[in-house]
Amino acid sequence: MEFLTANLPYILAGISVGGQYALIAIGYTMVYGILRLINFAHGDVFMVAGLVMVYLTTVFPMWLSIPMVLVITVLLGFAIERAAYKPLRNAPRMSIMISAIGVSYLLQNCALYFTGGLAKVYPQIPWISKTVTIGGATTKMVTLITPVIAIVLIVVLVIFIKKTKIGMAMRAVSKDFETSQLMGIKINAVISATFIIGSLLAAVGSMLYFSNYASVVPTSGAMPGLKCFVAAVFGGIGSIPGAVIGAFIIGICENLIKGVGWTTFSDAFTFALLIVILLVKPTGLFGEKATDKV
Amino acid sequence: MKKILSLILVLVLVLACAAGFSGCGGGGEAPPSGGDSAPTDDADTGGEPAGANEVVYIGVFEPASGDNGAGGKQETLGVQYANSVQPTVEINGVTYDVKLKIVDNESSNDKAASAAADLVSAGCSVVLGSYGSGVSIAGGPTFEAAGIPVVGITCTNPQVTEGNDYYFRICYLDPFQGTVLANYAFNELGIDKAYCLSKLGDDYSGGLVNYFVDAFEALGGTCIEATFPEGNSDFTSYIATAQNEGCGVFFSPVSTEAAQLIVDQADAQGMSMPILAGDTWDSNVILQAASGKNVNITVTTFYQEGGDPAFDAGVKEWINSDSANLSNNGGDDTIAAVTAMGYDAYFVALAAMQKAGSTDPADVMAALWDTTYDGVSGAIAFDEIGDAIRDVAYVKTANVETGAWDFVTVQGVE
Amino acid sequence: MTEKKDKKEVLYSLIGIAVLLIVIIILEKTIPSTSILFSVLKKGAIYSLAAVSMNLLNGFTGLFSLGQAGFMLIGAYAYAILTMPVTIKLSDSVYKYYDCIVGFQLGLIPSMIIAGLIAALFAFLIGLPVLRLKSDYLAIATLGFAEIIRAIFQWDTIGPLTNGANVLRKYLDLTDVTLPFSNIPFPPTLFIFIVAGICIAIIKMLIDSSYGRAFKAIRDDEIAAEAMGIGLFKHKEMSFIISSFFAGISGALLSMYQYTVQASQFKTAMTYEILLIVVIGGIGSISGSCIGSFLFIACNEWWLRFLDESSNNILGLNIMRSGFRKVVFSIIIMIIVLFFSKGIMGEKEISIKRMVDRLRRKKPKPAVEEGAK
Repeated sequence: MEFLTANLPYILAGISVGGQYALIAIGYTMVYGILRLINFAHGDVFMVAGLVMVYLTTVFPMWLSIPMVLVITVLLGFAIERAAYKPLRNAPRMSIMISAIGVSYLLQNCALYFTGGLAKVYPQIPWISKTVTIGGATTKMVTLITPVIAIVLIVVLVIFIKKTKIGMAMRAVSKDFETSQLMGIKINAVISATFIIGSLLAAVGSMLYFSNYASVVPTSGAMPGLKCFVAAVFGGIGSIPGAVIGAFIIGICENLIKGVGWTTFSDAFTFALLIVILLVKPTGLFGEKATDKV
Repeated sequence: MKKILSLILVLVLVLACAAGFSGCGGGGEAPPSGGDSAPTDDADTGGEPAGANEVVYIGVFEPASGDNGAGGKQETLGVQYANSVQPTVEINGVTYDVKLKIVDNESSNDKAASAAADLVSAGCSVVLGSYGSGVSIAGGPTFEAAGIPVVGITCTNPQVTEGNDYYFRICYLDPFQGTVLANYAFNELGIDKAYCLSKLGDDYSGGLVNYFVDAFEALGGTCIEATFPEGNSDFTSYIATAQNEGCGVFFSPVSTEAAQLIVDQADAQGMSMPILAGDTWDSNVILQAASGKNVNITVTTFYQEGGDPAFDAGVKEWINSDSANLSNNGGDDTIAAVTAMGYDAYFVALAAMQKAGSTDPADVMAALWDTTYDGVSGAIAFDEIGDAIRDVAYVKTANVETGAWDFVTVQGVE
Repeated sequence: MTEKKDKKEVLYSLIGIAVLLIVIIILEKTIPSTSILFSVLKKGAIYSLAAVSMNLLNGFTGLFSLGQAGFMLIGAYAYAILTMPVTIKLSDSVYKYYDCIVGFQLGLIPSMIIAGLIAALFAFLIGLPVLRLKSDYLAIATLGFAEIIRAIFQWDTIGPLTNGANVLRKYLDLTDVTLPFSNIPFPPTLFIFIVAGICIAIIKMLIDSSYGRAFKAIRDDEIAAEAMGIGLFKHKEMSFIISSFFAGISGALLSMYQYTVQASQFKTAMTYEILLIVVIGGIGSISGSCIGSFLFIACNEWWLRFLDESSNNILGLNIMRSGFRKVVFSIIIMIIVLFFSKGIMGEKEISIKRMVDRLRRKKPKPAVEEGAK
């Protein structure tokens, strides 16, 4: 019990970060599942969503800004796919990945240009920025509601993929790209839908994340982005529950490691975990065994 | 075939080296004289041109982006304001227009060398900067190799000037600042356990924490040290550790970027212990972050607003006159100590050039040792290492209601 | 790709190299050493080596590795620690918070080679598990290892070796390069060109050898290569080690050029930069990587600088200010990636002979190319 009270702040922070990572990791895992592309720009989309919020709230009231952020982020994700990935659909995999790195570079540099290199303070969203005390630990409301929101959204998403027509198309495409095309699935619509869902969740994730850590810089998205990708690989890339569990594990471990005092290694740990899982079970916790097409 | 190829290749390379030999023998002394060929010098012999003044370039080596971007911009503002106050300098009866050449070192040690090279190639007579010790240490050798003197503005780590004759500075040093802060925490606040947080690989915060710990433990206190990696934005774990360990003060002399987050998260986690920091925190960024929150922040710094009312009024008017200045200063007209320091550094540079009677970097460097200047932040003179002789620091605390700094005391080390 | 080279071809490339080196010597004699031209040339040559070593992996062996920055870090640190004078190691001017445990100093060239060897050793160890992975997974795992290496070098427990996360400086840098057995300074830009040139020539020779053909076979089709009796793992590991060796040397050169070195600079962003250079130059072309690197560095640090000056704004448009350079630069990169995905050279190499032949047929005109190596 004493252990719990002493470590409660770390665990709380870990669960909350884990929930935020989960929302971003879904974007990675879905895109990878369908396009076999590590969308390096996804972390930067998350950062841009944060910046858009900062700029919008200086003009519009909060209740209007939140939906606008969601819409703008979705449009951004959609535009990136159309402009940077679609033209390369038949190019080698490496080209698309490099295009993703290029987009990430572009988004960061644009952010640098517009912010003038200064950190932007994220606006306080009423209610979720409120301070609460739980079990002797004081924290923000957002810490408590993040896992709830994350899990609700993920359940909705899973139902969406299982039940709707477009969800079924997504599953088909991720199983076999060419065959599903032959079956009459509109491949571009499916891919766009994937990016739209990924960006939408990243936008929600960014609101929760930056409410907790209220400062946005151009490189804010880089590290969370990489970690979320690791979470997606850890859970088995292509698997949504896997990504969520991976994200929570990484979030909690990272904070516990900081609590122990090994702060130098809090980032490195994530990668060590990745390498271990890749070597022991290359398909991740819940990944399906991919068949090698010769 | 391969053998022949490699043989010929080696032969050519040897020949090329030999060519390098002969080339070198003729001009062995070429590298040191490189600094002289700055464009400004050509004008010296040209006599008085009709109409236009001669131009002398002063380099401003400051971060405008990255971790220290906010502070660097405020420091640059001080230099720019000084330049607007006094845009010309008279050296040996010749009037020169002073042009500022501002480069952004991006708060990053690896970009510092190329930013410094940029200033060197622009032919600056003297360089001012930087905010943040790491970039100064990283850029120092480039200036040294080019023979251009640098006047450090607020780089407080001892390693900046140590062993680099070309680096001077007008601020106090970390051993002093760390001791002042330790004395303040132990004697004034009556605390014997401190939590010290620095950024991994950052010379400024790492150095300051190190000296603070030395002084604090010498007084009989205990310290818990921690570091955070670059790009970290989650400080909740650090704050939780500080609370769990029962520390009495949270010492985190980090960049303003991280400071915003620390202040915000400290408030959210209900951290009641005072936060102590060094000169970087003396910024309106911190005031804005702390405004209306339940935090107790105390910093040591170089200048307290009100120290020179004429200067204060001038700066405020100048900052408010241009929206770009206002946004570079963080959106309001609170005067950061680094702005005052930037202002003083500019005049120190002018004084050195006048004393040297030349704009040649080597002459300016020779004259800097004996240059003295009575600035808004106090009298400035250099010791034998090139450090400023300063023995007081201003202690001030953030008023979360008015959003301004409240002056506490002037502290020295006995 | 494996066409026979005639003697003329070799002769022409050697003449090209000689002309290039002589041009460098003349430049160093005539232009003041503080000119930005030399920073660009030096950094360009260093990045050429890094890019060519990455190209060996990505372009010629088909291993998508993103660990280059990590190996450069190892090389840079090894070099800095080995060449730092003992008096400085013992004083607290660099090792301020630790007592340095390396009680000796080595010369410049041996240190550089050892820097490469240590990087190669790490590559050997990392390669054992990692090279069993494929494509994207390999990329992410090597990227992860690079981050882990960076964290280890910043760890304060090994501070007596690496000075923790703090900067290393005051080791032998470019101003300390002298001609053998004398105190005459060696022209610094020439020195970097020669070292990078030798390394790139060795890589080129390797690629043209039977090992290089095996690498290319693996790149084109692993299963077919294995069926032809090429040891997959052995050759992959070899390519990985050799690439890391030269990455280590380029790290050592980088630390010489910069005067100071610190682990925090060797981030993933650095690997991405090198990767972009490889792509711009053409995946699978050595001369392409070299040209790409000089163009990349020159644009980034020199030619596009004017975009950052707010005084250059025309028509009252306030778009040019700090950071605009990078926006323009990244747009250019995106255009290259999207519309010229083969890069500048594709898979071809610059051949002076071909150029000469072509010029002979048309009107003769003197042409010197930077990437003649």
